[in-house]
Amino acid sequence: MNPPPFQHLLDAHSAVLHRFCLAQAGPHHGPDCFQDTVVSALRAYPDLTDARNLRGWLFTIAHHKVLDHHRATTRRPVPVPDVPDRVSSDGPVVDDDLWVAVGRLPEKQRGAIALRYLGDLPYADIGAVLGCSDAAARQNVRAGLAALRQEVSPR
Amino acid sequence: MTTDSLETALRGSSTDPTADLAAALARADAEGLVDVAYAQTDSPIGPLLVAATPAGLVRLAFQREARDDVLEELAERISPRVIEAPARVDEIRRELDEYFDGRRDHFDLLLDWRLSSGFRRTVLETLYAHVAIGHTVSYLELATMVGNPKASRAVGTAMATNPIPVVVPCHRVLRTGGQLGGYGGGLPAKVRLLELEAGDQTLF
Repeated sequence: MNPPPFQHLLDAHSAVLHRFCLAQAGPHHGPDCFQDTVVSALRAYPDLTDARNLRGWLFTIAHHKVLDHHRATTRRPVPVPDVPDRVSSDGPVVDDDLWVAVGRLPEKQRGAIALRYLGDLPYADIGAVLGCSDAAARQNVRAGLAALRQEVSPR
Repeated sequence: MTTDSLETALRGSSTDPTADLAAALARADAEGLVDVAYAQTDSPIGPLLVAATPAGLVRLAFQREARDDVLEELAERISPRVIEAPARVDEIRRELDEYFDGRRDHFDLLLDWRLSSGFRRTVLETLYAHVAIGHTVSYLELATMVGNPKASRAVGTAMATNPIPVVVPCHRVLRTGGQLGGYGGGLPAKVRLLELEAGDQTLF
């Protein structure tokens, strides 16, 4: 299968990629993660050998951009709050409280929850992005939900 | 919170990617990653799709050609880095607007000819260079101009596969005796273009 015009990927996936990045990296750094994802994807696109699962491929890139961001922020010498490190009040981009809580989950659970509910990816793809089996991906989603249910007050 | 309402809340966030997407594409363009830029433009003969590479205008398509087919053809034949980027084709759209307004009698655009080759390309380049606005030629005359008067059928094929109609003026090529012949954009479009170039007098 020939890779489709890149614009088709943007039309189909940019909205979910964007909210994935913002929910995962916060309103300040999320836009950078998103932009880096688009630029990196476009750079790599002509060399892509397997064009069957483009959504999964895009989320793999986005997931790594988010991880890079988290690693960069946790390496800073100044103590910073848990990720997302800064939640601005300018515009309710995502359900802040909930996603701050997601941000406190262990890395695999956080990624699994975001890929499942923002990326709407099947468990096999979540496993591929996170580097684990689909059963482990499912378990991470389940554990993440259980932890969130403890933490987030009913509304 | 029940699992169901928690899952709904997790799915429920929405953000507006428009500004960040525009910023990302501007960065990508600055890095030379947009190989084919396209946009739609309005015209008296219906919406047109224009596509350009860094070398110039590479494709112009009428509405009757399915947009997705055109974009897929560009992805396959040039590069899959095909992006809707109106700013990159501004100059092309401006010259087309002026042409359709009767304020422009030739185009000063860079053309990327890569979608045609061989004899067809020779024919199209000759047409572009030598058949000015307000003039028409027959398939036979154009075949003669490229030094192959027996090739009027092949000239017809070259016109039918013209990747840059309007700008490369295949609408100015008629049958011997002045019959319209064919047109990829439909005969009404061909008539409209010829009328426009004749100063809006009704020709047919």
